[in-house]
Amino acid sequence: MIIIGERINGMFRDIAEAIREKDPKPVQDWAKKQEAMGSGYLDLNVGPAVSDRVSAMKWLVEVTQEVSDLPLCLDSTDYDAIEAGLEVCKRPAMINSVPAVQDKMDRIFTMANKYNAEVIGLAMSAEGIPKDAESRVALAMELVANCDAYGVPLDSLYIDPLVLPCNVGQDHGPEVFETLRQVKLLSDPSPKTVVGLSNISQGTENRELINRNFAVMAMACGLDAAIADACDEELIAAVATGRVLLNMDIYCDSFVDVFKTQNL
Amino acid sequence: MAVEIVKERYRSQVREVVLGATKEEGGTRGKTIKVGGQTALPFLHFEGENPNRPVVAMEVWDIVPEEWPDNLKSYFEDVYEDPAAWAKKCVDEYGADLIALRFKGAHPDRKDASAEDCVAVLKKVLEAVEVPLIILGCGVSEKDNEIIGPIGEAGAGENLLLGTAEQDNYKSVASACMAHKHCIIAQSPVDINICKQLNILIAEMSTPLLDKIIIDPVISAVGYGIEYSYSIMERARFGALQGDRMLAMPAIANVSQEVWNKKETYVPKDEEPEWGEQADRSLAWESATAMAMLHSGTDILVMSHPRAVEIIKTHIDELMQNS
Repeated sequence: MIIIGERINGMFRDIAEAIREKDPKPVQDWAKKQEAMGSGYLDLNVGPAVSDRVSAMKWLVEVTQEVSDLPLCLDSTDYDAIEAGLEVCKRPAMINSVPAVQDKMDRIFTMANKYNAEVIGLAMSAEGIPKDAESRVALAMELVANCDAYGVPLDSLYIDPLVLPCNVGQDHGPEVFETLRQVKLLSDPSPKTVVGLSNISQGTENRELINRNFAVMAMACGLDAAIADACDEELIAAVATGRVLLNMDIYCDSFVDVFKTQNL
Repeated sequence: MAVEIVKERYRSQVREVVLGATKEEGGTRGKTIKVGGQTALPFLHFEGENPNRPVVAMEVWDIVPEEWPDNLKSYFEDVYEDPAAWAKKCVDEYGADLIALRFKGAHPDRKDASAEDCVAVLKKVLEAVEVPLIILGCGVSEKDNEIIGPIGEAGAGENLLLGTAEQDNYKSVASACMAHKHCIIAQSPVDINICKQLNILIAEMSTPLLDKIIIDPVISAVGYGIEYSYSIMERARFGALQGDRMLAMPAIANVSQEVWNKKETYVPKDEEPEWGEQADRSLAWESATAMAMLHSGTDILVMSHPRAVEIIKTHIDELMQNS
């Protein structure tokens, strides 16, 4: 499983302030920190409070690229902001995200094709998040069909089955695991899968414990990536262990360190 | 209907390592040699790049190779008293891409040659040939640790490939490589986990050394477990192509060393009539062993028999067509 570092997000006060003051330091510090912990991508989200999301996203991309070669995951519901970010990305990026809603898919997959970008597709429609796996998979299929129709490689599509906090949506947990398994059967090559990991523990006690248990359980169901707290040492250790147990990484005594230094 | 060739896509590549240094680069080599850089399995040119051809190093010892059978020794009779002349013959007549200088004479039970003796030999060989050099010790760790520092220092600037780091004995070689900017051979006992771990240990001493490591997964001769060596190489290469940067190193195989001490290469026909002529048999043994390792993805083959070298180099030419 690949970690998409979640920390460069305007929801955090230091990042919101950095965007407002045009101070690259906090952004670049988090970029370096998350890379050093083994992140495979860096999520960039300008946050809700910004007035000009387009220029803010462009700025985030530019200052992040100054210190990190990691691919970027451009996270916004404002597609103009995503496109502005894609224009300045030095290497292929990931678009975060698009629901199974036709006009939105039309715009995003056209963009993905143009910029050679990967796409996170949300298993939700205009009606919201479905309750069971079957409906989630049906929406995933719509995303797969559109992805293919727009000529975007299917293994560039990451299906997000959508994780709800385990204290309010406890019954969604098993449905998410089942969706992860079934999504892999939709096409050949199959789409990849991703979750927003920290959602599972929203509003709970002992969030890290819940996050890392969910992560390894989802990995066993085939999860390919997670937007997550890359600076949670225990989570990183759990993921590194999971990768070895799933025969994704070759074992060696320093397997946790190797996971962190994979970008060397 | 046209058949569509199914292609495997890999997301990573083997690191590229340069051996030797020209005058402009601070050394005295006529040219450098690049190995590694593959983005696909060996010689599958339709799936990716195999940008650098595998190379053959020929062994040169600092003492007379008494134990070699006559059919091998005869090629070097006129030169094996003099490592410099021996090296020159390998390059000029037998087409060696580089020379693997093995300080067999440093062994306490052989000549117990001192570090100064070894340095003198190194200097003569460096003067005699223009190809990059590989340095191999006598195999006794304590002694090799003594000679490797002075050798590294004397060869400063030449970007030698220094052997041999092992999991429980890597610091002397790694230090010599760090101090004098040489490449390093990281040897693991037919064990993929140790192969990876040793690379990490070396990287912990010096991150830049990561791009100067040649792995030696330790091979065996045909009939002595070459299948295991092959599968280790295969696993390492798959790992490298799938993004495991700690296994993404080019590899070396000591073919000559493994082959010429096996009875199949030196027992004469009159002792084992069913085995056929010793000269033919031993040539076949070294060629077949090298061939298998070549196909496993080995980048540097260390060999001895000039005819076997010729066979392998011809085969490399064929394999690298359409690359």
